[in-house]
Parts: sequence; C-alpha cells; structure tokens
Amino acid sequence: MQTRERLFRILCVSCLALPLLMLAYLLGRLVVDAWPRLTMAFLTGFPSRRAEDAGILPGIVGSLYLILLTIALALPVGVGAALYLEEFGQRRRLAQLIEVNIANLAGVPSIIYGLLGLEVFVRFMGLGRSLIAGAATLALLVLPVIIMSTREALRTVPDSLREAAVGLGATRWQVVRRIVLPQAVPGIMTGSILAVSRAIGETAPLVVIGALTFITFLPDGPTAPFTALPIQIFNWVSRPQAAFAANAAAGILVLMVTLLALNAVAIYLRERMQRSHR
Amino acid sequence: MTQRSVSTLFVCSAIAIASMTACKGGDAPAGGTPAAGSKPASAAPVAAAPIQIDGSSTVAPITEAVAEDFQKANPDKKVTMGVSGTGGGFKKFCAAELAIAGASRPIKPTEVEACAKAGIEYIELAVAYDGLTVVVNKENTWAAGGITVAELKKLWAPEAQGTVKTWADVRAGWPADEIHLFGAGVDSGTYDYFTQAIVGKEHSSRGDFTSSEDDNVLVKGVSTDKLALGFFGYAYYEANHDKLVAVPVDDEKAENGAGPIAPSPTTIADATYQPLARPIFIYVSMKAAQRPEVAAFIDYYVANAPKLVKEVGYVALPEKVQALVKDRWTQRKTGSVFGGHGSQVAVTLEALLSGTAPAPASAAASGPASAPASAPVSAAH
Repeated sequence: MQTRERLFRILCVSCLALPLLMLAYLLGRLVVDAWPRLTMAFLTGFPSRRAEDAGILPGIVGSLYLILLTIALALPVGVGAALYLEEFGQRRRLAQLIEVNIANLAGVPSIIYGLLGLEVFVRFMGLGRSLIAGAATLALLVLPVIIMSTREALRTVPDSLREAAVGLGATRWQVVRRIVLPQAVPGIMTGSILAVSRAIGETAPLVVIGALTFITFLPDGPTAPFTALPIQIFNWVSRPQAAFAANAAAGILVLMVTLLALNAVAIYLRERMQRSHR
Repeated sequence: MTQRSVSTLFVCSAIAIASMTACKGGDAPAGGTPAAGSKPASAAPVAAAPIQIDGSSTVAPITEAVAEDFQKANPDKKVTMGVSGTGGGFKKFCAAELAIAGASRPIKPTEVEACAKAGIEYIELAVAYDGLTVVVNKENTWAAGGITVAELKKLWAPEAQGTVKTWADVRAGWPADEIHLFGAGVDSGTYDYFTQAIVGKEHSSRGDFTSSEDDNVLVKGVSTDKLALGFFGYAYYEANHDKLVAVPVDDEKAENGAGPIAPSPTTIADATYQPLARPIFIYVSMKAAQRPEVAAFIDYYVANAPKLVKEVGYVALPEKVQALVKDRWTQRKTGSVFGGHGSQVAVTLEALLSGTAPAPASAAASGPASAPASAPVSAAH
C-alpha cells in the first residue's frame, strides 16, 4: 500500500515536471537567443532592413494601445451582458440558447473575427485600417471569454446575500450595484486577464484588418495606422537573414514581459479590491 | 469601500478610451490652422498623410529599405507598409486605399478590370530581379550537377503524383531512393510563377509536397533531409548557401547559354538563368503620384533601388533596363508593359520597356526580340 502510494505520488510529480521542464527549456533557449538583442536601442527603435538596427517600439506601443482599447470596449459590454443573463434575464430558455451560442463563439477561429471586423468596422463603419478597428475586432474576439467568466463569478455570489438585500428593501439595481458586483469583481478581473492574454498574441485578425509591418511613427489617436508585437515577430521570423531570428526571439520576450506586466496590474487591482471589500 | 472598487474597475477601462480620444483632439487636421486657444501638439510642422504601401512580401524588403532611407532623409514625410501579398495588395490598390502596391508578378486581367472600374490608373515600375532557386541537401551528390527543365516538369507536374516517387524516376542513374519535395505555399506568387515556368500552367502541380508560406521552414526541411528537393526565392538561398546546394538548371536552349546554369546575380540579370528568373514590380497610383511626397518617394526609389536591392539579397536590374524604368517614371507612362494579360514567355523586360517587343498577346511562346543584357520575362497568368 505504501509503495503504491509513493508510486502514485512520483507519477503525479513527473506529470507536473514534464511540462515545466519543457517550458524551462523553451524559455532558456529563447533568453539565450534574445539576450544579445535586448538593448535600449532595440526597445526604442523603429523597423529597419538591417537586423541589428531594427527596433520594436511601434510594436510595443501599438500592442499596448490595442489591448487597453480592447479592454475598454469589451469589459463594459461583456460585464453588462453577463449581468443581464444572470441577474435580470427572465426567460430561462432564451438564456440557455444564448449561453450555448456564446460558448460556441469562444471556439470560433480568430481569422473569422478578422474577416467580420474587416467588413463591419473597416468598411461598413468606415473606421479604416486603424487602431480602433483592430481593437473593436479583438474586443469581439474576447467578449465570449469575458461574458463566461463574469457569469461564473456572478454565480459564486451566494443567493442568501441577494435575498437579504431584497429583504431590506433594496431594488434590483441596488442589489447588483452594491452587493453582487463588488463580490464578483475578482472573478471579472480573472476573466479580463484571460481576455488580455488571448488578445495580445493574436496575429491573424490584425493582418486581415490591415496592421502594418513597417511604420516609423507612433499612433497619435484611435484612428491612426498601427502595428503590433506579434506582427513584427512574424515579419522577422519569415526573413531570410538569420540575424532577424534573434530579433524575433527578443520580440517574443518583449511580448511575454508586456503580457506579464499587464496581468500583474490586473492582479494587483484584484487583490486591492478584494482587500477593500472584506 | 465596495462602491469605490467597482467604479475603479470601470473608470480604469474608460481611461484608455478617454486618453486616446484626448490625443485625437490634439491631432490638428493637416493644413488647417489650429483653433484659437488650443495648443498645437508640437512645434514640428504638421506632417502630410502617410504614403501607404502594401503588397507582395517578396518586394517588401526592398520597399522597406527605400522607405527607411527616404524617411531618414525626409523626417517630415511618413511612409507605412503592410504585407498582404501581391493579390491582396492589388485588391486594396484598386480600391484606392494605397499609393503604391508591391507585386511579384505583373497585374492580372481581373485586377486590371477592378482598377479600371474604380478609375485607378497606375504606373508599372520594375524594381529588381529575383531568381527562383532549386535547392538540394549538402549531401546530395547526384543532382548537384544540374537538372533540366523537362526533368523538373516531369517531377512537379500534377500527373507525377503517384508515379514519380524516387530520384531514379526523375533521371535514370540517380539513386532509387524516395524523393522528398518542398515548395512555396500555394497562395504565393512564388508558387504561381514556378508552376507557370516549369509545368507550363499556373497554379498547377502535384499536391504531395511539403508547402509553407514561411520559406525558412523550407530551408530547414531541405537542409536536414538528404533526399529533399525544394524551391524558393534567391534571397533565401543566399542567406543559407552554407547549408544548401543550388541546383543548376538547364532549359536546353542554347541561345541563352548552353548547359545547366546556376543562379547567381550575374546569370539572373543577364538572361542566362532561364526560365526561373523573374522581375518584381511596384505599381504607383497615378492619382497618388501627383502628391509631391509620393513623387519624391518614387524618385528616391528609382534612384536608389540598384544599391538597396543588392543589400537585401535581390538582383539589381541591368543599367539599360534601369534607365528605361526611370524614363517610364519621369514620363508617367501608365499601364502594364505586359498588356494586362500576363502570360508571356521569353520576352525580355528591356524589349517590353523600350517598345521593341511584339504585341503582348501574340508574344506568347514566340521568339524573343531579345537583347542579351536583359533577363527573360515569363509572367504568371
């Protein structure tokens, strides 16, 4: 019995170790490749035909703007939709139908969203091949993730709290505003972290929308042309000269750090809100 | 403070939009006088609208190099470039979204029609030559001596699938080992051109080969497989010539150099590396060409292309052809020298540009009015 127990434990540990080792190996290779290129000049430079002169600043700035705009567009809509479905929705059947559809939407390939965005935002709404069109497309892409995680978060709020509030004479709006939402904020933040993580690595929809590969100025508003980190990385990976591969590695590292930084901010906000709530 | 925490969440998300919109407010319309009281974004002169370029990924490195130097010389002018392929580029070009489109093949009839419908006139300017390179593994001792176009056709034709399986099937005497094929992605202009030049029909080949839009994948594939054969643009061979062997190609026509000929800047430019050398182009919208900054950019492009083309791994046009291209630009001559039909085999670019070639429609497969210092044109349909 003892040995079985030990064997099982070893099995579990090795299951954990395998992906971790692979990740460590990949990260190690990446850092080794990227390290010589991670200079200030790289971080603050613009694209160039010479690998050693090329920089990634437009990519960093473009991706940051893109993500902030995406969250700004997707979060209110997503939370609103989830609130309606969980707190206000009356017709059970309809809600179920919507739920299935949202779950399906989460699995739609991102290029489809790109094509939708091209037709609706770029052409029909006349936003052009701009940051805001890209952000709106990414917002559509992450909406299902935000709606689903928000609904999960809302469900974890015990009904007894709602009933108590209603019992004290609170209106529905007051219940949602003062009781349910604050309780659900951590879950909502988790959803937005997932959303950011998905959106920041997306290349295909942005290519369709018309993200650029060569741009030597930074966006000056939501309607400006733009590029993003994954686009720059993709461009460098497909170059013939080997020196660009090091740029791509450095770009990947920058993308990862950007993502971790954005998520760290979200986690910090979540912790703070949780603490202030208790 | 529960209420505050919720508001924080939404305020945070709202800040992004607000700040971006604020930036937008500071972005005074070009040429307009700033409204009284509002301060201009900076002391710098208001920049003109960017010169928008898109199109072929093959042409992109050249345009990027030109744009980079052009902007260093003219910091007040903005150039942006996207890479959506030759076809994608023409789509945007004919929708009046672009000033310049890069193309790795001449404009096609459907695209000519789309441009005509939208009233877009264009100037076609050749910028460089590219040589599609047939490559094998370093350890391949048999094919390194050369291969004929007929053998390549036998190997790549659609009917080869299932019948031409080993190297011995291609040429008797070569090893009876399986042959592994690698080629450019079927959506690329490179694939279109290769099939047109080798198989004789555009976009028609066997399907059982490893294809990738990323040529570095092909480089890796061929360099690690002794039995592999692949093709891609010359720039990728040049950057990896220590890992691969370029196979000399023999078109069995004595008039453009007898025997198998290996690709090199010389053979690509002087019409002997046939039929796999191809010109690549930019198309300039006539309307955009009236904008001074676009005109300045193209002036710069034409003047500096020979130097920059070599730097990014392509082959510069021979001087004579370069001069003809320059004339075409200074005279703002619209239309395509390929007559918008594409599909001409063995007509030289120089002959086409100087107008000594027969009419494009009748030129197909007929003898070239060739001058020795120019490369052949075998346009994709």
